[in-house]
Amino acid sequence: MKAHASRLIAARLGLALLTLLIVSAVVFGITGLLPGDAAQQALGQAATPEAVAALRHQFGLDQPALQRYFQWLYLVVTGNFGTSLSNSLPVSQLIATRLPNSLVLAGLTALVSVPVALFIGISSAMFRGSLLDRVLNVLTLSTVAVPEFLIATIAVLVFAVKLRWLPALSYLSEVSSFGGLLRIYAMPVMTLCCVLVAQMARMTRAAVLDQLNASYVEMAILKGASPMRVVLRHVLPNTIGPIANAVALSLSYLFGGVVIVESIFNYPGLASLMVDAVTNRDMPLVQGCVMVFCAAYLLLVLIADLAQIVSNPRLRQR
Amino acid sequence: MNRPANSSIPHPGTELYDVARDEIVNEPSVPAPDVAGPKPGVLKRLVRRFSVLGLIGLVMVVFWLTIAVIGPWIAPYKSGALSSMDVFAGSSHAFPLGTDYLGRDMLSRILYGTRYTVGLALAAALLASLIGTFFGLVAAVSGRWVDEILSRLFDALISIPSKVLALVVIAAFGSSIPMLTGVAALAYIPGAFRISRSLAVNLMTLEYVQVARARGERLFYIARVEVLPNMIHPMLADFGLRFVFIVLLLSGLSFLGLGVQPPNADWGSLVRENIGGLAEGALAVLMPAIAIATLTIGVNLLIDNLRRRGGRGQGAAQ
Repeated sequence: MKAHASRLIAARLGLALLTLLIVSAVVFGITGLLPGDAAQQALGQAATPEAVAALRHQFGLDQPALQRYFQWLYLVVTGNFGTSLSNSLPVSQLIATRLPNSLVLAGLTALVSVPVALFIGISSAMFRGSLLDRVLNVLTLSTVAVPEFLIATIAVLVFAVKLRWLPALSYLSEVSSFGGLLRIYAMPVMTLCCVLVAQMARMTRAAVLDQLNASYVEMAILKGASPMRVVLRHVLPNTIGPIANAVALSLSYLFGGVVIVESIFNYPGLASLMVDAVTNRDMPLVQGCVMVFCAAYLLLVLIADLAQIVSNPRLRQR
Repeated sequence: MNRPANSSIPHPGTELYDVARDEIVNEPSVPAPDVAGPKPGVLKRLVRRFSVLGLIGLVMVVFWLTIAVIGPWIAPYKSGALSSMDVFAGSSHAFPLGTDYLGRDMLSRILYGTRYTVGLALAAALLASLIGTFFGLVAAVSGRWVDEILSRLFDALISIPSKVLALVVIAAFGSSIPMLTGVAALAYIPGAFRISRSLAVNLMTLEYVQVARARGERLFYIARVEVLPNMIHPMLADFGLRFVFIVLLLSGLSFLGLGVQPPNADWGSLVRENIGGLAEGALAVLMPAIAIATLTIGVNLLIDNLRRRGGRGQGAAQ
């Protein structure tokens, strides 16, 4: 009975792995193959051809591209991303020190934004066409369209400069109490939440509206169920899949959003590490960060898919 | 030809506005509303097709497009002219939007920057939409294998967050104007591909396409004459959204210092340059950020309006 579901899950898992493989090829292609000769760049224009050839050999650049890709892939699979060019530390170690910070930021953001967004989305779907719905529509539409750094700068201006409630930069080392923790995280989390809540609320609203148009809802209304009951008992169970999808999609936005937010607030996370790596053209570090980002994204999508499968009895039994 | 319309890895860029979902064209043979010929009520009809918010959006978009064209001519000062000794000055008669961190006139800086922000994003969005639509059509029209390969490839690309992808490419190739346009287009081709493919796959199942196939028309003919014209309206809406995303992406990159390089400046670079004035609440930081927000919100309002009223307006015009 569960064979169908487990086959579906296995298929999704395989698809995610295949996608990750293609991503790794794309990333390696862009960073490892195309930009020309790393040895020549390292030595400069004045280098003798012999020195360049020697360095090329040392970097392994004289081997065919495909072979280099598979060597790199093998190392990545075993968790070895090479050493950073700018400070000679292992990339995996650099990532390991930064990743938890980013995860905490993302986790806090999710914790705040998901309930708020679901509330907004569901209530604006329930009162579709009302003034509340229209106001929320314009608000979310505008928030989605505003760059993160505008929200961040306004937040800094209001809360750090004018009101002086919060520090403008995040120094994690100075955290001593729970209140201090809140003060550090308040602004980054707030900035990320703004865009995230708007996105998620819009998708939630669409998912709920989709169900509200179904005939079983009409039936429930005709039999005299209250609007509250219709939404909570009849509609919501059917929207778990789409809403899980919406949540995962919006959270995946975090991976782009943190890039800006971490840089503005000087937050020591993975994204600011990556921005620094890009500025220094530190390729191994860039490759490592991108692979972590993409793996996290695919993991989120996979979880959403699984939630969809698990929450849909029609997919479970057959 | 019963292929699923939605591929497996979702993405906020394609699902946020559910463009595809409610605009699948089911009445393909409806003749275009008769716009030709002088009509007394053209302006009135135009106004009726827009809500107040839609009109505001239209005005904002037209305003910025005009500025992008004529900006440098109406700018009171030359682009890089150091015109005042007063840095981060407030609004005055000579400098309506204050001065920046070097004492340059902010209004002129913004007027000159419009070309970069609007022009680059327009070029990139056009590229992304055209290429995405092309491949979407190819995938939908041709056989299963081509479709499968293209879909997998674009699914992999879409699972690299657009900002992260842009960072990778910039790390590898540096950031020049053509490179920025290319990377922004690259980041948003998969989304356009996905929407155009799902539209085209749905259209391919309709009877008149089946008739054309039975008639023995060539695939190119079917794609060009039967399918493409019915995709144009939703793809135009999608083009607008891509434009918004690309404006946000490029200004975000510039804000990180990895986008348009000095001495040229788009609005994102203007915010970055003047971020030091944030503590004083300088106009120089706020104004470019507000310019971006008005542009993107304007486009969003316009598209939201067209989506809601576009269909109805056409129906009423008959």
